[in-house]
Amino acid sequence: MAKVTIDGITIDVPDGTTILNAARMIGGEIVPPAMCYYSKLKTSGGYCRTCIVKVTKGSEKDPRPMPKPVASCRTTVMDGMEVQNITSPDLLEARAGVVEFLLLNHPLDCPVCDQAGECHLQDLAYNNGKAETRYAFPRREFERRDIGNNVQLHMNRCILCYRCVKVADQLTDGRVHGVINRGEVAEISTYIDNVIENEMSGNVIDVCPVGALTDKTFRFKSRVWYTKPVDAHRDCDKCCGKVRLWYKGEEVLRVTARKDQYGEVEDWICNTCRFDKKETSQWTIEGPSKISRDSVISANHYESLQSLRKATKEQLANALPHGEKVQAGQGALNPNNQKQ
Amino acid sequence: MSRKLLLANDHVEGIRRLDVYRKHGGYNALEKALKTMTPEQIVEEVKASGLRGRGGAGFPTGMKWSFLAKPEGVARYLVCNADESEPGTFKDRYLMERIPHALIEGMIASSFALGARTSYIYIRGEYFYVANILEEAIAEAYEAGLLGKNILNSGFDHDCYVQVGAGAYICGEETALLESLEGKRGNPRIKPPFPAIAGLYGCPTVVNNVETIAAVVPIIQMTGAEYAKIGVGKSTGTKLISASGHINKPGVYEIELGVPVEEFIYSDAYCGGIRNGKQLKAVVAGGSSVPILPAHLILKTASGEPRLMTYESLSDGGFATGTMLGSGGFIVMDEDTSIVKNLWNFSRFYHHESCGQCSPCREGTGWMEKILHNIVEGHGTPEDVELLWDIQGKIEGKTICPLGDAAAWPVASAIRHFKDEFMQYVTRPQSIKDVKHYYRVHQLAEA
Repeated sequence: MAKVTIDGITIDVPDGTTILNAARMIGGEIVPPAMCYYSKLKTSGGYCRTCIVKVTKGSEKDPRPMPKPVASCRTTVMDGMEVQNITSPDLLEARAGVVEFLLLNHPLDCPVCDQAGECHLQDLAYNNGKAETRYAFPRREFERRDIGNNVQLHMNRCILCYRCVKVADQLTDGRVHGVINRGEVAEISTYIDNVIENEMSGNVIDVCPVGALTDKTFRFKSRVWYTKPVDAHRDCDKCCGKVRLWYKGEEVLRVTARKDQYGEVEDWICNTCRFDKKETSQWTIEGPSKISRDSVISANHYESLQSLRKATKEQLANALPHGEKVQAGQGALNPNNQKQ
Repeated sequence: MSRKLLLANDHVEGIRRLDVYRKHGGYNALEKALKTMTPEQIVEEVKASGLRGRGGAGFPTGMKWSFLAKPEGVARYLVCNADESEPGTFKDRYLMERIPHALIEGMIASSFALGARTSYIYIRGEYFYVANILEEAIAEAYEAGLLGKNILNSGFDHDCYVQVGAGAYICGEETALLESLEGKRGNPRIKPPFPAIAGLYGCPTVVNNVETIAAVVPIIQMTGAEYAKIGVGKSTGTKLISASGHINKPGVYEIELGVPVEEFIYSDAYCGGIRNGKQLKAVVAGGSSVPILPAHLILKTASGEPRLMTYESLSDGGFATGTMLGSGGFIVMDEDTSIVKNLWNFSRFYHHESCGQCSPCREGTGWMEKILHNIVEGHGTPEDVELLWDIQGKIEGKTICPLGDAAAWPVASAIRHFKDEFMQYVTRPQSIKDVKHYYRVHQLAEA
């Protein structure tokens, strides 16, 4: 066990835990944002630099501070380590710089992006970024590439987190896409217009933190906050079969894997479940998904909540204590249900 | 005149060939090492010599060697970093081109010390003809029984291979080099683990610069203690300096560490003074990535001491008034040089060479280059200079590998020491378009 102190909060964690995971064990505000690290993917992380933290004390044995900010997702804790995240103004400034770099060439086409509302870059920019850009040059644009019938690639939005490459490496046999070219013009692509066809390839959509890889069957169908997430499962011989169905009215607009509070999938799902099973009758419904009340997806369900709150303030205070997760899409609180 | 260890036989006709090399004492050190020394003794000699990595970082070689993990039954590798791509540096090419056997002898002796059965020389793609020279030399060595099985009847087996890169600066970073050597995309790895624990093919690996490995030969021959007598303080031995720019005698010079910078620039034994009798304006002392220093700071430290060609003296004063010895790419600029244009050129290089793996370097290098291009073209504003300063600070130290730092330091130092010149570019853009007028204004400002 190693004792680590992050922003003044001390916790004992098993040896070999990364600073980021130690912070996640503590939870709350002090968890550094991560755009490329993915706990379910080996060797992920280290690229985006948003999770940087300041190590003010290396360890009990060697108390020297680390000279540079370190990527918390790839740095393991030492016994007695002291880390500053949100308590260091310098570090927050440095992180704002990283966010600025990530947004530098991002097209900011959120109004027409299917990822809007569940985009990690939006959240990151909102929480850590600055309101205006200082970049006065044309943003870079990539040639459009078709990578198959299921997945839509928008390279302009990509932040090169390498998650989709690692999914292809670790979940499928024979990766056909990867990063080609170098530096500013590096891009995710298949080699010579190949098509991604593997049965597990749809997971690249779930791991993509931005709108670079989106579901072709859901394209332009709806804003995510107008859809209602419901957990469901079916017997699948290829994957766990545990999914999240996104309803608009009676219709299932898309199927995704279930995601945890850090936006990471709980278990991978196959393409059959994701793209081919879009009838309610094909699924066993478990109930509404839990969505964080901070999420814009839950915002739409709150419209009715706000009016209700005025009417029955006490009742709601009991039902929804501050900070607890809201069961979105439930009963009378859901606008879709009200319409019916 | 300095004592020469690496380039002592540089002038000898045909020294590239094995027979001539041996006639001039070549492979004596290897024989001494294999027949009279144990691997541990060689490592101790290298430690005692105080030899520091000649590739740029200046890390003590003996210490690096002693970090090498030695698990049972796992292969160990020695990799020679001949991916010399730092602008202004060409010493390794010169050494490999002239005396290829110096490197190969060093490779075999070092491999013996490290217990490596196989070693690789990773050479940059642009040096394909040097790769051919090395291949020929290796073939000669195999024929003479200096490589292969049972070298010089010592029972030590060793194979050495040359691998040509595809011409990427980033592959000079040791972990990117290993990735490339493994046949993958040349992206730097995230450390730890360091190559000494898990390097090439996941095995313990030492990556050393060409000059470092070649320096092991004289260390074995003359003993580490003798080698350590050359130089000043912790900067021991000799160093190859690639001198370029506005000097009378550009070229590769082997110096004893500790030569004063002033002597190096003005003495006829070395650079021979500034070309056309002009004044010295600035020096980039260790390859394009180290901070540029104006004439008064490169000749003397901030405290008025004469600056010496050593790791310590050049970095005296930190980055505020100092620089680094780096890889020894000594670029001299005379009074007619535009620091801003030069900086744009450097930035263009780093923009082109960024691997694109981590965001600050991928996005920041391009941004800086575009702003500098604007300034050079006369479209800059004073805010642009402030912005450049801010961007470089946000890249430095935030990246996976030192390429981000290498891109940020020249920008920081140029603005730190030559802000007037930037302001000239951004406040009087018309004046720089008319070059003659620009210099007139400049001279007036100085007078």
